[in-house]
Amino acid sequence: MSIDERFSQETREERNAREAETGTLSEVITGPVSDWATDFSHADPAWAADPFPIQDDLRQRCPIAHTERFGGVWLPTKYDDVASIAYDTDRFSSRAIVISNFRPSPDVAPVGATPPISSDPPFHHDARKLLLPAFTKTAISRHTESTRAFCHSLIDAFDLSSSGGVVDAAQDYAKYIPMRVMADMLGLPPEDTALFAQFVEDVIGTVDLPPEERGDRIAPLFDYLYDAVRDHVENPRDDLTTHLINAELYGQKLAPEHVVGTIVLLLIAGIDTTWSAIGASLWHLAGHPADRERLVAAPETLPTAMEEFLRAYAPVTMARLVKQDVRFGDVDMKAEDWILLSFPAANRDPAHFDRADEVVIDREVNRHAAFGLGIHRCLGSHLARMELRVALEVWLSRIPSFTLADPAAVTWSTGQIRGPRALPLRIG
Amino acid sequence: MKVQIDPGRCQGHGRCYDLAPELFGADDEGYGVVLGDGLVPSAQEQEARLAAANCPESAVIVVEES
Repeated sequence: MSIDERFSQETREERNAREAETGTLSEVITGPVSDWATDFSHADPAWAADPFPIQDDLRQRCPIAHTERFGGVWLPTKYDDVASIAYDTDRFSSRAIVISNFRPSPDVAPVGATPPISSDPPFHHDARKLLLPAFTKTAISRHTESTRAFCHSLIDAFDLSSSGGVVDAAQDYAKYIPMRVMADMLGLPPEDTALFAQFVEDVIGTVDLPPEERGDRIAPLFDYLYDAVRDHVENPRDDLTTHLINAELYGQKLAPEHVVGTIVLLLIAGIDTTWSAIGASLWHLAGHPADRERLVAAPETLPTAMEEFLRAYAPVTMARLVKQDVRFGDVDMKAEDWILLSFPAANRDPAHFDRADEVVIDREVNRHAAFGLGIHRCLGSHLARMELRVALEVWLSRIPSFTLADPAAVTWSTGQIRGPRALPLRIG
Repeated sequence: MKVQIDPGRCQGHGRCYDLAPELFGADDEGYGVVLGDGLVPSAQEQEARLAAANCPESAVIVVEES
């Protein structure tokens, strides 16, 4: 079988050149934030370290903040505003969902670079339907036991005697769990997971770089995935990559940028999010011994506690682009303005949650928005919940007692995905 | 008590079939469906209310019959 022409290097380069010509660059503004209400930056280290007091303050005095950075961004902080925008696909486009200094041309709608998360109706639903069956709770349950065995193997490999009883739970545990699962689902070699953390950082942690530099950082991810797709064209197998190569929409095979864009989405969104959720949960438990002891003593409370960790430490913030000038709440949004759609801020709105700023691990009523709202509900939510539950079950059964080895050494990722990236825990 | 799902609102979060698996299931794409006729046995009324209260899209409807 010859290499599918769709995935040749030549067609890819032509497409890249076309896309770069039609987008809009904005002036790169970096440096410390002067006022969070008028000059916020989600790339600021203070936001990464602890965004919640900033969001709480903005919710009371704003409640929709603005910045000139990235060519103009709005930041709603109330649950109702976040929900309204998430539901309003007529006025707010998903054609770009990671804010940077590059806006893709409106012509990329309704497909966008990484369908279906970057897609608008009606195309969105058709692209999403290709993936939904692989991500139902039942389909995901088939990965549970291999994930559990993998979590045990990670803990088996901890070398506590030479590390003074300290492990980095973000780097040596949380990170590998979604990487391994996504490699399995996409049919990528497990040894390649060594590359994935850098890919994630290159996409998520580079948002305030000049666009050309950011493009150079992201290129190796696309090189890697085009190679993987060509390999799957020659050697089809039972995985999501082959599924996408063979899938059809409207009687035709998918466009090559659709195939690769979706794989980029699954790989990046499948890894950094769950990595963050597992890490944030372990960070919380390391610092709150009463919660940790309660979960160890009563593991049946974990499903409820887990939802509370997802509410309080929701890892994912999305973005939208305003389609036409629009009055929203008390602000005038202009066409092409970004919106930073903060599900974490929505989840801490006291108008929507009692004791919104507290982590209440037996919170029974918890209508949180960690997986988004509306048509873009996280495709992988059942997978994320499975991985988070298994990761915490295995950790708590093997390592019931642990504390933060050095709270000041904990670091958090910058940008739209937030979770611990260094998390030294003292075991025992 | 009866339960219903508003298919115009359901996005497949699956909180209903997580919290009340006797009352709700999933279709082939993960969207919630009511099992059987939706009549809630009295022993499962609390689960039904929890499912409704935890649906992020408010797609689960509980009809209390007098």
